[in-house]
Amino acid sequence: MNVTLLLFLIVVGITLVITGWAARRANTTVQFWAAGRGITGWQNGLAIAGDYMSAASFLGIAGLIAFNGYDGFMYSVGWLVAYLTVLFLIAEPMRNTGKYTMADVLAYRMRPVPVRSAAAVSTLAVSASYMMAQMIGAGSLIKILIPTLDSNLKGWFSWEVLGTKLDPSITLVGLLMMIYVIAGGMVATTWVQIVKAVMLMGGAILLSFLVLLHFGFNLGNFFTKIASVKDAKSGLNFMQPGIQYQYGKETVWGIDKALLENVSLGMALILGTAGLPHILMRFFTVPNGRAARTSVAWAMGLIGSFYIMTTFLGFGAATLVGKAHICAVGSTCKTPNSNLAAPKLAEFLGNSFFGTGGGEFLLALIAAVAFATILAVVAGLTLAASSAFSHDFYVNVLRRGIAHGEVSEREQVLVARITAAVVGLIAIWLASKAGATTNAAALVAGLAFVIAASANLPAILFTLFWKRFNTWGAVAGLLGGTVMSIWLYTIGPGFSLPVPTHPAFPLANVGIVSIPFGFLCAVVFTWIGELVRADRLAEIKFHEIDVRAQTGLGAEPAAAI
Amino acid sequence: MATEPVPGGADPASTPPVVDAPQEVAAWEGLEATAEFKDLVRARWKFVIPATVFFLVYYFLLPVLNGVATGFMRTNVIGDVNVAYLFALSQFLMAWLLAFFYIRRANTVFDALASRVRELAGRRVQS
Repeated sequence: MNVTLLLFLIVVGITLVITGWAARRANTTVQFWAAGRGITGWQNGLAIAGDYMSAASFLGIAGLIAFNGYDGFMYSVGWLVAYLTVLFLIAEPMRNTGKYTMADVLAYRMRPVPVRSAAAVSTLAVSASYMMAQMIGAGSLIKILIPTLDSNLKGWFSWEVLGTKLDPSITLVGLLMMIYVIAGGMVATTWVQIVKAVMLMGGAILLSFLVLLHFGFNLGNFFTKIASVKDAKSGLNFMQPGIQYQYGKETVWGIDKALLENVSLGMALILGTAGLPHILMRFFTVPNGRAARTSVAWAMGLIGSFYIMTTFLGFGAATLVGKAHICAVGSTCKTPNSNLAAPKLAEFLGNSFFGTGGGEFLLALIAAVAFATILAVVAGLTLAASSAFSHDFYVNVLRRGIAHGEVSEREQVLVARITAAVVGLIAIWLASKAGATTNAAALVAGLAFVIAASANLPAILFTLFWKRFNTWGAVAGLLGGTVMSIWLYTIGPGFSLPVPTHPAFPLANVGIVSIPFGFLCAVVFTWIGELVRADRLAEIKFHEIDVRAQTGLGAEPAAAI
Repeated sequence: MATEPVPGGADPASTPPVVDAPQEVAAWEGLEATAEFKDLVRARWKFVIPATVFFLVYYFLLPVLNGVATGFMRTNVIGDVNVAYLFALSQFLMAWLLAFFYIRRANTVFDALASRVRELAGRRVQS
């Protein structure tokens, strides 16, 4: 058995043991959705880091920096600064007023049936686009890094469903995430995320250390080497901004297009994080608002340290391996694959420090870390997506809101598990179908963050802090932001491969239009709602949410596990 | 913290927001109007608003300057490390420092003010 497969099986083994242990603690709704609210601040901080740093962070940013130099580093900056929005405005009020989902907070003031339905739509849209990207990435990663596994899997999973042949690697990832969530709920998901965060940090520290060791811990030499790497197209060196989006080439609406792309990307990164359902959901797992605050502190420490290390991973790959040599093992390297920057760097460092066996081992280790990374993120996403459907839509809209019935704990958890299974199966099918034609890496920053910022953020912020906000505004913000983001994105240059030459919308990053549009929808429809006197309750209920959000009075208590 | 008395007591997250008993709405409104609550809100916003404006401006200055002052941002400062890269690194420091100041303020000032409001709510329910 080769070392890659062994490490890979160890990761799977650890996560399954965790799931087995957690399975006994996933029988009630508060356990299944919120781990009994018994996760401590630092544990939740690690779990947030594990939930947040996806394959797009680890492989994606390392690759972007290795290929585009400085411009790739902008993602690292944005993804950390985003947590200030979460810390200042979202984390504690969320914990103080919510129960299991973002929609719980909105339903405090608004009419629950329309607002929960709209929130379920936006949550599913964010989670689905995020999950697609992760699973497509996982599929291609396994094929390239562990080709033997993929060919072995073919014998086991070669099913054809509705005319789409399921990808065996994607199916494996999908089945594992379904096992974690269905059997172990939030408890298993949390601990899988914690283990992954530790592995990811360990991997990044090891690689960064070896890169520095290679340069004799002389940072000056390192940066001189980076500056000697030139981009062929623009002639810029890799320390200079402007390689990914070239400045002074084109103008859109009278402004430099590269500037707009970067600002638009920044808006999505900074504002989108605070609206990601799988991150918001993590704040319901801690006992109180103070622990929510502590968990953001821990998360920021870890996430920030990791993103600083992307300097060493990305620039290390650019200088030591070189763009031209970053591609799959055995191929002739005609089309470099940016996702392989970190694995290739690991292989190079292993070879140079520990001989040939070392290269193979480090490559295998980094592949295993990347695999754990993907598993932890997709588990969080599955949980968020199934909560939107089962808790918001099935339990609160269909059964309580429309049928005026009562729903037992048993039924709620059962429906949650069934929904997680359905979400997983749909994700496997869609990812297998879309795999070849979708620009997977761009889906995350391009769509998931934009929908979160355009639809979820205005609804949450206005619910918590704007007295006049009402059901009309909330529903319009959620749906308007979601639809506008998806529409602009699909007609823009970011969505499909190959990239269209004359897209109907000029920018790949659509946030600069869709985010203000989402906020505008929320405001304008609040006024219209007031004009027709549709929803007087929302304003009366504001006093309650105001006091609760600020003080934690009457917050959901921690359950005894 | 969780066991403290609540003016409402119902579970509004899962029940439709029908108007609660009038005295209950009055209880929340009453709490909102107290000096204790206003102190808390004022203290929070006094920190959060300037801090939010600051980090948004500081963050977006980076992509804007990269586009507008291209030459300046590409100037080397120490060896081959240029202004753009140092500015990007300083964003990490900025984020960590602001988070540190917020958490210190919250743990000492905001939490104490919030617990005063909760005590007040407890006394009102008993009386």
